[in-house]
Amino acid sequence: MNRITLLAVLCLPLAAFAADPAEVPLTIKNHRFEPAEVRIPAGQKVKLMIHNQDSTPEEFESHELNREKVIPAGAKSAIFIGPLQAGKYPFFGEFNEATARGVVIAE
Amino acid sequence: MFGAAIIVFRESLEAALLIGIIAAAARTLPNRNRWLWSGVAAGVAGALVVAALAGSIAEMAGGMGQEMLNASILGLAVIMLAWHNIWMARHAREMVDGAKAIVRDVADGRRELSAIMLLVAMAVLREGSETVLFLFSLASQGESTGQVLTGGALGLAAGAVVGYTMYTGLLHVPVRWFFTVTAALVLLLAAGMAGQMARFLIQGDILPPLANPIWDTSAWLSSNSAGGTLLHVLAGYDPRPSAMQALFYLGTIAVIGLGMYLVRSPSPARASA
Ligand SMILES: [Cu+2]
Repeated sequence: MNRITLLAVLCLPLAAFAADPAEVPLTIKNHRFEPAEVRIPAGQKVKLMIHNQDSTPEEFESHELNREKVIPAGAKSAIFIGPLQAGKYPFFGEFNEATARGVVIAE
Repeated sequence: MFGAAIIVFRESLEAALLIGIIAAAARTLPNRNRWLWSGVAAGVAGALVVAALAGSIAEMAGGMGQEMLNASILGLAVIMLAWHNIWMARHAREMVDGAKAIVRDVADGRRELSAIMLLVAMAVLREGSETVLFLFSLASQGESTGQVLTGGALGLAAGAVVGYTMYTGLLHVPVRWFFTVTAALVLLLAAGMAGQMARFLIQGDILPPLANPIWDTSAWLSSNSAGGTLLHVLAGYDPRPSAMQALFYLGTIAVIGLGMYLVRSPSPARASA
């Protein structure tokens, strides 16, 4: 126990140095993104954690963010984005383009 | 779709040329067609086995390894395209001469007819399994299966038509011309794949983007437009690339281009040897 605590304390500065990117949750439900507006700080790398709660796979795609990734049905997947300049970056679900739309706002 | 069409066209043209030359050289042999077609069938069967294996590998890494898998498939395809382009820059002639020699041996009774079948099967298997791998890497770049298959069918049909046309007497048309043009297209495709590979590695936080983006031409030519899509598939056009992507793209062109330049057949003296 003591040793683990010590290890944790020793690792703290290391973790701070590595600066794990902030995790931002995003859900897919009924072929829609929730929330449809994702606000993140500009100039920082962010880890989008996408949870697909539908029974069909979805592909997160954004030309503006230059990202694409298939999220299998029921799965959680991470996408790293940024550092971004302040602005709006639309994204959509390629398999349900009509309903699955959202935007990342860097500010 | 165009990417798939070009790759399948090139591979099937190579196989069709070799088969056409073998068919022409083996004209007088009995049962020639039976051996030729069983060779084609065996080669296609082998390529399908490779396809099935590649498919089950792709299904295995559904979750977090997706970027890694896509990046490695793309990387493997880039290496094979590079090797293929460089190898063909040098060996196209030797390959054709070797095939003719084997057929001559069969005609002179120094070899069994089955050697022809084996020769054809190996050609079809080699080109076929390369094709399968390239189609998989296109699919991992986000093209739909339908687009890839449509493009593949178009390319196969075009390759077969050109191959057959050459067989039926147009063998004097400079084959080099086709190889030069398709080699240039394959070079750009490989560079585009390398750029996509870098993008996947950045998305999975394995590589830094360095600068993101280094330029933005989306107002001029967006990736949604017809021209942008065509350029993306043909040459890996990306309106907002990161610096790392551009490095991978240009580095691939430089390395393959240099390789092709260095191995260029030294002189006609070699060909007579
Ligand atoms: Cu080939």
